[in-house]
Amino acid sequence: MSVLTPLDRPNSYIGRSVPRPNAKRLLAGRGRYVTDITLPRMLHVAYVRSPYAHARILSIDTQTAREMPGVRLIATGEDLAKLCTPWVGTMDHFKGMKSPPQLPLPVDKVVWSGQAVVAVVADTRALAEDAAEAVYIAFDELPAVVDIDAARAPDAPVISPELGSNLCFHGKIDTGGVEDVFAGAAHVVEEEFHFGRHTAVTMEPRAIIADYDASEGQLTVHHATQTPYQFQDIYARHYGLPESRVRVIAPDIGGSFGMKLHMYHEDMAVIGLSMMLGRPVKYVADRIESFVSDIHARDHRVRARMAADAEGNILAMDVEDVTGIGAFSAYPRTSVVEGNQVYRLMGAPYTFRNYRADLQVVFQNKVQMSQYRAVGHPVACTVTERLVDMIADKTAQDVFDIRSRNMIADDAYPCTSPTGYQFEALSHHACLARLKAMMGYERLRAEQAELRTKGIHRGIGIATFVEITNPGPAFYGVGGARISSQDGAIVKITPSGDVHCSISVTELGQGTETIIGQIVAEHLGVDSNRIKVMTGDTDTTPHGGATYACRGAGIGGETALQAAKKLKANVLAVAAAILQDEPEKLDIHSGWIVDAATAQQRMELSEIARIAYFRSDTLPPGTQAQLSVAHHYAPQGYPFAFTNGVQACHLELDVETGLVKILKLWVVEDCGRVINPLLVDEQIRGGVVQGLGAAFFEECVYGDNGQLTNGSLADYLVPMAVEMPDIEIGHVETPTLDTQLGAKGVGEAGTAAASAAALNAMNDAMKPFGGTVAQVPMTPARILKALGHI
Amino acid sequence: MNDLVHVTMTVNGTEVSHSIAPRITLADFLRQTLELTGTHAGCEMGVCGACLVILDGRVVHSCLTFAVQASGAAIETVEGLSERTAIADLQEAFHQRNALQCGFCTPGMLMTAHALLSQPGVPSREEIRDALSGNYCRCTGYEAIVDAIEKVARDRDAGVIAQASEEVSA
Ligand code: FES
Ligand code: FES
Repeated sequence: MSVLTPLDRPNSYIGRSVPRPNAKRLLAGRGRYVTDITLPRMLHVAYVRSPYAHARILSIDTQTAREMPGVRLIATGEDLAKLCTPWVGTMDHFKGMKSPPQLPLPVDKVVWSGQAVVAVVADTRALAEDAAEAVYIAFDELPAVVDIDAARAPDAPVISPELGSNLCFHGKIDTGGVEDVFAGAAHVVEEEFHFGRHTAVTMEPRAIIADYDASEGQLTVHHATQTPYQFQDIYARHYGLPESRVRVIAPDIGGSFGMKLHMYHEDMAVIGLSMMLGRPVKYVADRIESFVSDIHARDHRVRARMAADAEGNILAMDVEDVTGIGAFSAYPRTSVVEGNQVYRLMGAPYTFRNYRADLQVVFQNKVQMSQYRAVGHPVACTVTERLVDMIADKTAQDVFDIRSRNMIADDAYPCTSPTGYQFEALSHHACLARLKAMMGYERLRAEQAELRTKGIHRGIGIATFVEITNPGPAFYGVGGARISSQDGAIVKITPSGDVHCSISVTELGQGTETIIGQIVAEHLGVDSNRIKVMTGDTDTTPHGGATYACRGAGIGGETALQAAKKLKANVLAVAAAILQDEPEKLDIHSGWIVDAATAQQRMELSEIARIAYFRSDTLPPGTQAQLSVAHHYAPQGYPFAFTNGVQACHLELDVETGLVKILKLWVVEDCGRVINPLLVDEQIRGGVVQGLGAAFFEECVYGDNGQLTNGSLADYLVPMAVEMPDIEIGHVETPTLDTQLGAKGVGEAGTAAASAAALNAMNDAMKPFGGTVAQVPMTPARILKALGHI
Repeated sequence: MNDLVHVTMTVNGTEVSHSIAPRITLADFLRQTLELTGTHAGCEMGVCGACLVILDGRVVHSCLTFAVQASGAAIETVEGLSERTAIADLQEAFHQRNALQCGFCTPGMLMTAHALLSQPGVPSREEIRDALSGNYCRCTGYEAIVDAIEKVARDRDAGVIAQASEEVSA
């Protein structure tokens, strides 16, 4: 007799590798991205951008440009300031945080090179670009503040004089006693780390079409964004429109990774341009514009120390992080969240209790730095894991042993980190053991030793991580940002018994629509191919936070689950009335009302729907069938559902050239309940590749005067297939008990620790030579320098 | 600059004829004039591969080709390959293996895979990765794409799927 698993139940979809139905459309070339959309009478905008990183605008001459073919409107900062109220990227719970007010286009000065200054709207993008070249702006160049130390110097030019200094935020955490612990420790290790700026490089650049219809006072925005409700709120408030008259539609999105949830000046300007013209206006960033105006990520210099006793038990950490965020803090999520997560996630997997950290967030004449996949995680993880390896070295322990000695025990939960994070249940030891077995650790070490004698230098690095997912209102809401932590679902049964589900979480290619379909199918009791899921339209889906910070499955999925159960109860109530039975004695399987005890089919769901919609006269008096339900869910209980995992990197270093071949990556991840392993694993792999990009290739390089010097895809390196290894993935499942679904997030896990594992592997490979690296990306030149060759 | 020139070409088997500005790229011509939006533009400088199309049997960057240069040529885009089911097995393998997320790079990936698998022999994983080095994908870890192409290569070789052999070179 075969053993039945939960997957053998009827309509059991959760936990199954189901391919994404919507992917077929994309494979046929029938995706519909904002870049593909054309509206009647649509115009196109091109921006005149600042060549200087810091300059006063003396005058703007648009006379020649206005007379050029196809030009419909030229607008300056002053024109748009008449329509749009300024915004400030601060949140109240970051005490003392400051940032200057911003407008769509600047009025008197520019603060980074590439900042849009004048908007030129014409019949085609090419004509708009022609005319943009004929706009003459007279600038008075000011000294540019580029380096983070220069920005903090007492005599530094202050970018926004009204703020008094270039310091955006200063944070401190101190559990006390840190100095004493360091003074008495047997071992202290210390390092200064540098994390370069990199950027999202979504394959589809930012794209937006604003369409203002004055006759109805209606604004419709097709926007390549992951958070449509957030933008509905922003456009309504800053342009003084009723929220119900602002519709934001996010169709297919060609990559996002956190980059497409921030407010961008050009996007905000497009709204105003459409209002001025009463016509649709489209803006699509070209690749150079993306490099100079999309958010950049990271940009940290961290000095950190770790203290341990003679056996290698970690006692304390002392951290100083300085991060550069550009000339202002991003809106509406602020640019402090990255640094805040860096200094709160340090040491998260380990048991030590003494922690001190200082965070300085500084302004500089560069484009905004803000949230990007795995916000703050790679920095915290790299610093912590490198220091742990250094302790291992000092105490002559293996990198696995030092971690098992220090990681929080799997049965010690719930517990709290020294920085105040509450962990419900993590599984570091189980993950570590799993990883060690998966990678064949002992064999790799033996091979490494043998190859070293032949002049082949391989490195093995591991990195343990904790990831923040399923954020509750404590994330943004408490700071006063109008960003929702709840999500909504409307699930309805059509007259033929199909199911239509519209949800607030958005689809970015990660498979939201698929997993929501799986969850609803399983909990309602219907075949998943009868379910249609709709996302990304503020007019047709309920309000919610949508997709950010790994909340789609954990929060969006839970919302759908609860909605499906509510709908099922309604269906069974109607069925009971028709069948003259108790609702508790009925169930739904594969679209049939069945006897709960025997699974015997009683009546088809489509028959209930037919009666409810077309023959309500035959229902018992007083029955009003509710075959649509709307349901919202906001996380309660733990403020975040933390996940954990561990990664290992195996690489080969050519010590003559500094070139690296990444041989293999292993990841063991615990994201709680896995809804669709196929999708989860590819999310992790994609995340790992972005982490490896940061580790080896990606860096926004600036000259002394604040010019980005590698703003094209030929100069800025992103990882390609030929450079990436195969990535093996294992899972440990510790479902969160805060929800019925038990799912936590996983989208950022890959990125969180890949660069840390890579950095540890590199230092391992270099061990025979005595050099070390503490900077990413680890370019060949930096490696050769560490090796003492240059 | 605004003097129009006349171009005629065969696109996905249908002859098309338009007056266009000479600076229009083939990518823009396909996307905007013909509204064939399956071909994508990611970098407009020939490095990302999102815009690959087949021109007279060769895979070319439509962002680096002016539409006037393609006058008289036969062009095939992802829509055309889909409609005549030339890449149905590749599309199915990509689907089953989840070898795409946002799908923006996908038409270009399919073009490269189609060209690679039109060559004789079964490529190794390294050869597949090498062939894909002109196609950037930001979402996947590439591995699923390699897996999908490898599967189709093996299946075709084993004759699991009868495929009319056609020569397409990269
Ligand atoms: S758009 Fe043609 S190669 Fe990138
Ligand atoms: S699937 Fe998004 S770029 Fe490849």
